[in-house]
Amino acid sequence: MSARWLLLAASVLALQGCGRSDPGLDQTGAGKPPLPDQQQTLLPPMKIAKPAGWGDAVPTAPKGFKVTALATDLKVPRQMLVLPNGDILVAEGAGGAQAPKVRPKDIIAGYIKAQGKTKVKGGNRITLLRDADGDGRAEVKETLIEGLNAPYGLAFVDGQLYVANQDALLRFPFQPGQTKVTAKGVEVTKLPSRINHHWTKSLVASADGTKLYVGIGSNSNVGERGLDVEEDRATVWEIDRLTGAHRPLAQGIRNPTALAIEPTTNALWAVVNERDELGPQLVPDYLTAVRDGAFYGWPYSYWGQNVDPRVHPQKPDMVAKATIPDYALGSHVAALGVSFARDGGFGGDFREGVFVGQHGSWNRQDLSGYKVVWIPFAGGRPNGKPVDFVTGFLDGQKARGRPVGVAFDPAKRILLIADDLANTVWRIAPVR
Amino acid sequence: MSISRRTGATPLHPLHAILLAFPLALFPSGLASDIAYLKSAFVQWTNFAAWLIAGGCFFGGLVLAWAIVAAVFPGRTTRGRALAYLAAVAVMFVAGLVNSFQHSHDGWSSVGSPGLILSIVSTVAALVAGAIGYSEQRIEGIAR
Repeated sequence: MSARWLLLAASVLALQGCGRSDPGLDQTGAGKPPLPDQQQTLLPPMKIAKPAGWGDAVPTAPKGFKVTALATDLKVPRQMLVLPNGDILVAEGAGGAQAPKVRPKDIIAGYIKAQGKTKVKGGNRITLLRDADGDGRAEVKETLIEGLNAPYGLAFVDGQLYVANQDALLRFPFQPGQTKVTAKGVEVTKLPSRINHHWTKSLVASADGTKLYVGIGSNSNVGERGLDVEEDRATVWEIDRLTGAHRPLAQGIRNPTALAIEPTTNALWAVVNERDELGPQLVPDYLTAVRDGAFYGWPYSYWGQNVDPRVHPQKPDMVAKATIPDYALGSHVAALGVSFARDGGFGGDFREGVFVGQHGSWNRQDLSGYKVVWIPFAGGRPNGKPVDFVTGFLDGQKARGRPVGVAFDPAKRILLIADDLANTVWRIAPVR
Repeated sequence: MSISRRTGATPLHPLHAILLAFPLALFPSGLASDIAYLKSAFVQWTNFAAWLIAGGCFFGGLVLAWAIVAAVFPGRTTRGRALAYLAAVAVMFVAGLVNSFQHSHDGWSSVGSPGLILSIVSTVAALVAGAIGYSEQRIEGIAR
């Protein structure tokens, strides 16, 4: 028995143990998606798409649409907001840096995942883009607010611009048309920021403007930092806009990375990133209406009552009351953007429904996501399978870009996509 | 008739002996941390175990390299003894390496039964390696 033989055996075991995806398995749509058996392999399946850059290429949109780079050279653009006058705000930043690396794995996995990200440092600012002549290039690109702390979610209500930093919700007096805000932000409320494993704070205002909803991600993959640091995490807060008073609207919702109001029912919807390292096709990320008082299972279970064995002690009573999400997006696609079509959308097949930006996978061999899909709705509910709307973010096994936030502007009938790998905002418009 | 003579010398070079001291301390400490985690479900224990086992693997890897060289060039040590030592070190290292991956899992899966068994294997193998490596050797004299 030689050491070399043992090493070989160990590496073969590790590689074989990675787990393979079944390419025929469709884990999208309404209803329960197929959920394969859990595979906790020695090494998780990992595939990072290395950055390739766009060169002269642009994302691929359906026939009849034109794609232009509205703005380039941004500093990690994440979420966007279209203002009443058509100006576009872009939140630029990257947070979570203070999350302590407590195990050798945290250092190694962090290094590996960084291979698929931009080297540009987050701008910690809001940039204003204006394309008044409608040629698809922003002729005005101004830093509206700087010195922020990993801003992400944006909302504008009643002369106030709301910015969700990674640690607090701020408001700034603001009138559309302004290209510079010099007033200091006023803190509406602090947001949970201890550790900040999932640092993004998504934000949307209710249809009547009285409430602000903030999505707050979990502080771990599945509770491995201890459940005491999960107080106020994996939740959506409902915040009174004027007083800052808040309450948890929903819980056990692992990482609600983007929120939007469905225009026909005024219901709150979220895209949510589910847990990793249970296999290449577990657990599907989802799109769901956020029900008041609902518990979505994290960390104890997923997609209803499927128990996660990694959580100890287990909580059968919590598993029993876990709500099943509305719509599966596929495993590890990393949905980070959601925006409903309004006022007839693009017409045709893209009249009523929602655009979902998928940042793309790391926890499966077959790269998944890396695109913007369209999910048709009818009567305020999903009505059919997702359709690829904007693709071309992958070039073989490399990534030209990675979509994050999406924003549909009903006035101009354009879709905007923030690309945090190419540091670009893409504009998709029908050819006239 | 055979003559044996106690030399009083251990077979390990002093630096090699120092390197072996690390896995000999770290793997049993990792086992103790694993047991503490399984008893308490308090995550800091599995975090400790992950670092202890990683440290055991780092120094254990150096010890393994040295043990391979020592098995090829046994010097004053008998080859059988050198091979037995190598086997113990190899089992310790490989079990530790697999266990490092096991400990990279999240929550309860970072230890569980596989992690505990691997920690026991590494610990026992480290103790065997230590028992062989640190014991005085007898040089067998000329037989007959």
